[in-house]
Amino acid sequence: MEQKLKHISVPSSEITPHSLYLSRRDFLKTAGIVSATAFLAACGVNLSSTTGTGSGTQTPTQLPTKSPPVPDNARGLTTDELGNSLNTLDQITNYNNYYEFSTSKQAVNPLSKNFKSTPWSVEVSGLVQNPKTYALEDLLKFNQKERIYRLRCVEAWSMVIPWTGFELADLLNEVQPMTSAKYVHFVTLMDKTEMPGEGDPLYPWPYSEGLRLDEAMQRLTIIATGLYGQPLPNPDGAPLRLVVPWKYGFKSIKAIVKIELTETQPQTMWNTISPQEYGFYSNVNPNVDHPRWSQASERRIGELSRRPTLMFNGYYDEVASLYTGLDLRANY
Amino acid sequence: MPTISRTKPKTTWFQVVIHIFGWLPLAWIVYAYFAGKLSVNPIQDIEQQLGHIAVYFLIASLACTPLYTMSGWREPLKRRRALGLYCFMYASLHVLTFTGLDYGFNLQLIGGVVLKKPYAIVGLATFILLIPLAVTSFRWWQKKLGRKWTNLHRLVYLAGVLDILHYAWAKKGDIFRLSGDILRPLLWGLLLLLLLTLRIPPVRRWVSSLRQKSARAA
Repeated sequence: MEQKLKHISVPSSEITPHSLYLSRRDFLKTAGIVSATAFLAACGVNLSSTTGTGSGTQTPTQLPTKSPPVPDNARGLTTDELGNSLNTLDQITNYNNYYEFSTSKQAVNPLSKNFKSTPWSVEVSGLVQNPKTYALEDLLKFNQKERIYRLRCVEAWSMVIPWTGFELADLLNEVQPMTSAKYVHFVTLMDKTEMPGEGDPLYPWPYSEGLRLDEAMQRLTIIATGLYGQPLPNPDGAPLRLVVPWKYGFKSIKAIVKIELTETQPQTMWNTISPQEYGFYSNVNPNVDHPRWSQASERRIGELSRRPTLMFNGYYDEVASLYTGLDLRANY
Repeated sequence: MPTISRTKPKTTWFQVVIHIFGWLPLAWIVYAYFAGKLSVNPIQDIEQQLGHIAVYFLIASLACTPLYTMSGWREPLKRRRALGLYCFMYASLHVLTFTGLDYGFNLQLIGGVVLKKPYAIVGLATFILLIPLAVTSFRWWQKKLGRKWTNLHRLVYLAGVLDILHYAWAKKGDIFRLSGDILRPLLWGLLLLLLLTLRIPPVRRWVSSLRQKSARAA
């Protein structure tokens, strides 16, 4: 696994001081090209900032042992922990895979304009000590954090998004999963009048997704209730959605109405449509291709050239331990 | 000296319509790019639009003969070359966008996709099949190759089938399980199937005889 991170090793000679990195970035922006070079520079920045002792102590072959943690209060920050610039609100709300409205990413915004996201409630049930139906207002009382995450779509494009949300673990701890609970199952609202795409007979509606319980309890797994400091926009899954940043975007189910704890692995929509292509795990992994598309590289929205895709979408240090001993090729 | 053979064939309205539709999509893409009307992922947008248009022209060129069979109208037969060449133009631009704009001519990345992924293999095969057809589409080649020309140009049926597969496999879903985002490739595929069926000699003769009968009755 360690070896698969080879492509992000950076010789000390290539590590750029932060100020120089910023000015170079500006130059590239002006030129309209934020290339793979900028990406490498970004890695360089986080290498030197985590070791604290500067770039001089790095040997050329040394791998990044620890990436900086994702901050809990990112308000005001303009980049993620790896130095990637945020995508704009315009980009985030006008390019959405949300088949409940349309299979056209640009049509989702206009079609979701009148979507009614209030009142809203979420049923938390299944193998829990305290099943409860939460009103949206109750959920907003959980400790809301500002997290900047990279979102990597299985279609090989990506964005950097400043979410507001609470850790799913906070909610699960309150309802107390039973010892028999092994998985968490999520279900989207089923309402053909509100969501016209759900009338399409070629899909097993409603949309549903699932996580292993330990994945759901991981601190990076959040229920997002907003972005850019405002309530979650309709095309992004209002009023609340899952965000699991180390998995392909389709795992991060939108407009959730039901969270159920189960003992067996739950059905998910894409896994039902095409089981050999959309595995239950669907972790971002440049070394394991989707059977039809390569996952080695991606295009960050707003950039012209492709950039290499990172193992677990760059959250390797945070989540790799969840999969120790698991064959990621078989469990795609 | 015979004068008839020297007169230039008259430009028909059908011809004009085809050439307008031939350039309109390209003009639209260029306009949309500069007017900021493409999505925030413009390269993918351009790539997919060019691909769609190539499919439309391929189907249109394959529709000419069946249209004649059904209607007895000869004009479409003379427009097959133009439609086929427009298909080739958009297919070329599509391939160029994929290799150049999308993958920056990075042969390693392109190889990782094209040599491994069925949708890309089938897409490339379609394009390769179209090359000799486009090159030999002119009268000189037609005369030179004679009977062989007809056989060679039957490859377009295969190109049509491969093209629809390429389209379907590039979408999220499974066309063989009728599940997912496959409605449009499915409809185009069914249309192609109908057009190819109308070319099977007994079917063609039967449709022709129906037409002649109804013409006599009228």
